[in-house]
Amino acid sequence: MTPMLDMTKTDLRSVNTTLQAAARRQANEAYEILNPRGAHALACGLDGPLSVTIKGSTGYYCAGMNKDATVTVEGSAGPGVAENMMSGMVTIEGDASQYAGATGHGGLLNIKGNASSRCGISMKGIDIVVHGNIGHMSAFMAQKGNLVVLGDAGEALGDSLYEARLFVRGSVKSLGADCTEKEMRPEHLEILAKLLEQAGADAKPEEFKRYGSARKLYNFNIDHASEY
Amino acid sequence: MDKTPRTEPRQSWTFSNSINSEIRRAAETGIYDIRGGGAKRRMPHFDDLLFLGASMSRYPLEGYRERCETAVTLGTRFAKKPIELRIPITIAGMSFGSLSANAKEALGRGATMAGTSTTTGDGGMTEEERGHSEKLVYQYLPSRYGMNPDDLRRADAIEVVVGQGAKPGGGGMLLGQKITERVASMRDLPMGIDQRSACRHPDWTGPDDLEIKILELREITNWEKPIYIKIGGARPYYDTALAVKAGADVVVLDGMQGGTAATQDVFIEHVGQPTLACIRPAVKALQDLGMHREVQLVVSGGIRTGADVAKALALGADAVSIGSAALIALGDNDPKYEAEYQALGSTAGAYDDWHEGRDPAGITTQDPALMARLDPIAAGRRLRNYLNVLTLECQTIARACGHNHVHNLEPEDLCALTMEAAAMAQVPLAGTDWYPGKPGF
Repeated sequence: MTPMLDMTKTDLRSVNTTLQAAARRQANEAYEILNPRGAHALACGLDGPLSVTIKGSTGYYCAGMNKDATVTVEGSAGPGVAENMMSGMVTIEGDASQYAGATGHGGLLNIKGNASSRCGISMKGIDIVVHGNIGHMSAFMAQKGNLVVLGDAGEALGDSLYEARLFVRGSVKSLGADCTEKEMRPEHLEILAKLLEQAGADAKPEEFKRYGSARKLYNFNIDHASEY
Repeated sequence: MDKTPRTEPRQSWTFSNSINSEIRRAAETGIYDIRGGGAKRRMPHFDDLLFLGASMSRYPLEGYRERCETAVTLGTRFAKKPIELRIPITIAGMSFGSLSANAKEALGRGATMAGTSTTTGDGGMTEEERGHSEKLVYQYLPSRYGMNPDDLRRADAIEVVVGQGAKPGGGGMLLGQKITERVASMRDLPMGIDQRSACRHPDWTGPDDLEIKILELREITNWEKPIYIKIGGARPYYDTALAVKAGADVVVLDGMQGGTAATQDVFIEHVGQPTLACIRPAVKALQDLGMHREVQLVVSGGIRTGADVAKALALGADAVSIGSAALIALGDNDPKYEAEYQALGSTAGAYDDWHEGRDPAGITTQDPALMARLDPIAAGRRLRNYLNVLTLECQTIARACGHNHVHNLEPEDLCALTMEAAAMAQVPLAGTDWYPGKPGF
């Protein structure tokens, strides 16, 4: 039987201590968290193979800095879900608030609903799939990794983008500084197909457009100062 | 021959030669001047304060005989494992990328021998500094370059950087010429491009969010590590109060003489407050909250001598931090490289184009040939010596004021030489019992 931690009876420190110890055991155990009631910093800092299912919505920084673990939120997640994730998989069955996947280095963040503003900000290698829409300033200064959006993107997508790849199926309200639409080549379709499959997304790679950096702002040039 | 007396040519104070040269440079290039270091302008500083020493009303302690303690513990508020330092002088955060790996190693070696901590910077933690730093503070910066939970856990403390004295409200830019393969790899960016260091954190805004961010950092590190919050000298009373509210164990307060790797000269010289002006408001905030000495205050920005250390402590700091002075101790701006500084259009003591990566001293560079000039063992020894001298000087003054611990230094040990310094430090103008703003006058 899957061990359950009920947060009406167990405090945050005890829950995280239990999960972090289980992850370090490398035993690929499974845990369920009941009644999270919007707790902040829940299931953060997991460092090993572990499956955690959270039965409800979470507050800030759920699954922050995750390594190897699989975390599923059966609800919505507050700001900074899976921030700085290194590897593993984090799934949000509902919506995600601001800064989802911020600065993430690796792994897959799978958001079944919508994501708010600044989704994927400063991402450094993480893959993010959003089944719904994303808010403004998403992928701001995004460095590496892939952001896939099945719905629409808000204003200033990919502002000051570096080398991250952005794939959007719906409309883009506006592109940020130095972000441009790019040719979808076979290797991009291949990456996209794999991510859609991993995320269980009902969409075809051919339906998406790709956006990336125009690389005009990579080295300071006074003639581009008006673009900032 | 005309004997009519002529008025001697008069240079404008407003349009000085220095100002005019900058106007010409700007007109030629179309871009602002970028440089490293802190504010170079003259401003009220620790030099404008004096210690009174012991007299009829106070007993001094015997030099070379009676003990004057210097140890300080940082992070006593919440952390399970506070940092214990032998001396109240730490090494400030400086990034690998702006500094060479040898320089980072030398800082770690010197700090460890002297019994104090060193600090990472933007760009992440290197093996050189972790391996050679007995106590290492890990900076948690807006860019999160190289940030990972493994390094977070192997740090001895975590410093959330909100701002720095050289550029409160500003981010940074590591220019492409210093982005080697190793630097680029640590930062997850291509080689050769300018790397922007953000001015705001990507996943929190304001002290309410920061409180939750700190909760996350503590949960990830088992509540062991002291959490510092570093602020630039902008609004020290409120910034300190809000840092305490957000859950800081330690507040690091950096005045505008504090250095940076590279930013606009106009930013360095015109934004922020002098270190001297920041300390008393920060201490008052801690006192008003009943947190003075429970949340430790580390002051940086222009600390050069043991007298500066003693004055900062007397005004209420628990420790100080040095950056520029530590680099000079390693060998930065050494006159032995004068010919090379001249070739770069500068001179020893004034060289500040650290962002160009051509530092003759091998400190602010990633050029392998230049880096090799800095022997990390010898440079570490120089830093150790310098830290020891600062400590001895501070002890000398504390003993003269009758204190058996440097933390017992107090504002009543001081007087000011100028009205400005008296107002900022809130200590009497020399020869009076008055300072501007003193209640009752």
